[in-house]
Amino acid sequence: MGKSRDIIAYLQAAPLMAVLLAFLVVPIGMIVVVSFWGATEFSIYPAFQFDNYAFLFGSPVTYKVFFATFKYAFITWIFTLSIGFTVAYFLAFHVRTQAMQTALFLLCTIPFLTSNIIRMISWIPFLGRNGIANQTLISWGLIDEPLEWLLYSDFSVILAFVHLYTLFMVVPIFNTMMRIDKSLIEAAYDNGATGLQTLWHVIVPLTKPGIMIGTIFVVTLVMGDFITVRFMSGSQKANVGRLISNDIALLQYPSAAATAVVLLCTVLIVIGVLLRFVNIRKEL
Amino acid sequence: MSKMRYSRRTVLKGGAAVAAASALAAPMVWAQEIKDITLRQFGTGVSNLNDVATKVKEDLGFNLEMTALDSDSVTQRAATQPDSFDVADIEYWICKKVWPTGNLQAMDTSKIANYDKIVGTFRSGKLTPESVIAQGTAPHTVGFVEGPGGKTFAGNETGWMTLIPTIYNADTLGIRPDLIGRPIESWTELLNPEFKGKASILDISSIGIMDMAMVCEAMGEIQYGDKGNMTKEEIDKTFAIFTEAKQNGQFRAFWKSFDESVNLMASGEVVIQSMWSPAITAVKSRGIPCVYQPLKEGYRSWGGGLGLSSSLSGMELDAAYEYINWYLSGWVGGYLMRQGYYSAVPETSKEFMTANEWGYWFEGKPATDVITSPTGDQLAKAGDVRDGGSFTERMGAVACWNSVMDENQYMVRKWNEFIAA
Repeated sequence: MGKSRDIIAYLQAAPLMAVLLAFLVVPIGMIVVVSFWGATEFSIYPAFQFDNYAFLFGSPVTYKVFFATFKYAFITWIFTLSIGFTVAYFLAFHVRTQAMQTALFLLCTIPFLTSNIIRMISWIPFLGRNGIANQTLISWGLIDEPLEWLLYSDFSVILAFVHLYTLFMVVPIFNTMMRIDKSLIEAAYDNGATGLQTLWHVIVPLTKPGIMIGTIFVVTLVMGDFITVRFMSGSQKANVGRLISNDIALLQYPSAAATAVVLLCTVLIVIGVLLRFVNIRKEL
Repeated sequence: MSKMRYSRRTVLKGGAAVAAASALAAPMVWAQEIKDITLRQFGTGVSNLNDVATKVKEDLGFNLEMTALDSDSVTQRAATQPDSFDVADIEYWICKKVWPTGNLQAMDTSKIANYDKIVGTFRSGKLTPESVIAQGTAPHTVGFVEGPGGKTFAGNETGWMTLIPTIYNADTLGIRPDLIGRPIESWTELLNPEFKGKASILDISSIGIMDMAMVCEAMGEIQYGDKGNMTKEEIDKTFAIFTEAKQNGQFRAFWKSFDESVNLMASGEVVIQSMWSPAITAVKSRGIPCVYQPLKEGYRSWGGGLGLSSSLSGMELDAAYEYINWYLSGWVGGYLMRQGYYSAVPETSKEFMTANEWGYWFEGKPATDVITSPTGDQLAKAGDVRDGGSFTERMGAVACWNSVMDENQYMVRKWNEFIAA
């Protein structure tokens, strides 16, 4: 009896196993394998060599670029978290009716009905030297010369990231906040806590799992991105994703694979550290 | 079987009635079978035009299927997937990389009707007998092999061609004369602090490095042995100069695709940058002044051609020769020349252009009437003269060709560092 139940359980899990094996484990395994291969100008050949890693860790550019990647991830995280938390807080505690909550929540998602790339590129004419932003500031008399740093700079890259990924923070935080028992907040008030005290000692701790899920979304998305950095910095800035995409464009697949493996490990470590802080299983 | 069509033509010329009688039945068979032939061509966007495919169907009866890719993907596909194409429309420097794989077959020049009329640049390497051959991967150096199975380039006319040249041009810097307001004469202006934050170069390593070399040489900073085949020290020095300029904020952006270069220029983000001829045209057609500025150090030139897959044989191979002969017979040449490129056999293209167009595009004469592109956009008005002048003035002032270096992999890694710096 027990044995046949085991088999049934395995069979039930088998489809998912097969899918994960074919589309997750095997591709990642391939990337790891190829990262040890060698490359000529137009082909790759099987080998077991550490050249790609040696070059990667031997180049000062790698460290600079990894630092830039962390910098983008960190700054974007700060902004998406503060905006996302505020929006979710407003939706969860200030909007009274559920119908209104749903309507406003849907309103948040409307910009996301368009493509990622379109939302990003539409910033370019807006922020340009002769763009709407600069023209408006000049006509208000706030500046005399157009601001050069609005476009093709770290500023524009982070602006685009925040614009693209804030919703990924809003959704999980809002979701967690909706589950907070309202009587806990009443209890805090009854015990004489101020609004800020309630926020800090009651709401924030109870929202942590949501914050953590949002953080994982934002951090992994920003660390794996390359196209936003390329377009919004006019190819002037680089993160790890761009390093990989440049290698691929130049047919240096093994080198790209090695960089991808290092990036994957880095992201996994970051997530591992984050998960030490909060038990997100409570959420699921 | 398909040979018959050629034989009919020659035979009719000779007037040998008996031979003609036996051959005349054949074209009908050919016409039946040719409808089923599809040639798969792939290449960069410049000459992969749907109008060409339509015209091929009309004139030759068979199908031409086109795929447009960027130059990196083209190289990769030509090198790794020989069965995925019949005709490769590639640049000469790509040919240098790809030929050793054996994926392309040499073409018998005796089957190319207009072979003798192909401009000297692609045969002896000399445009005119007095021309000096430019640095880099000059087309004639990779244009011939010793025989049908040859793996190494011959460097002189052997009767076996690797690529049949189709399209080429002389590239230089594009500028916005209205925003610069003074004459620009040298490649050094790209790094002139006057244009800080308003310059750009293209982010395609094999072409970008040549533009960089033109600038560094013009500045007198580096004397290259051969710009098209730099040593590691030369590569290091070149990138050192450009990395410093980048960190000082000289560049507004780098561009990778055609439309990016157009937008940078048209919006005024950039006033001087490396650019391609049709991009200048695109900026101009928006009513914004833009000049393809000839510079005293000369042009950086490029050329493309059609290569045949080594797996082509039989009737498909004959169809491919037929296609190439048609390509050189003038219609495509005229079409490309009216976009600002040059055709490998200019004299056949002349028949497909008006006297005004021929004068403007090829001879460098003032336009006598409005000049329009093949798609109908107005490019110049009466009295305008082409930037850089005539064909011989422009192609005669080529300083180097797009190329692949022996140290290519090293250069590519340095390029990646430069972008990330």
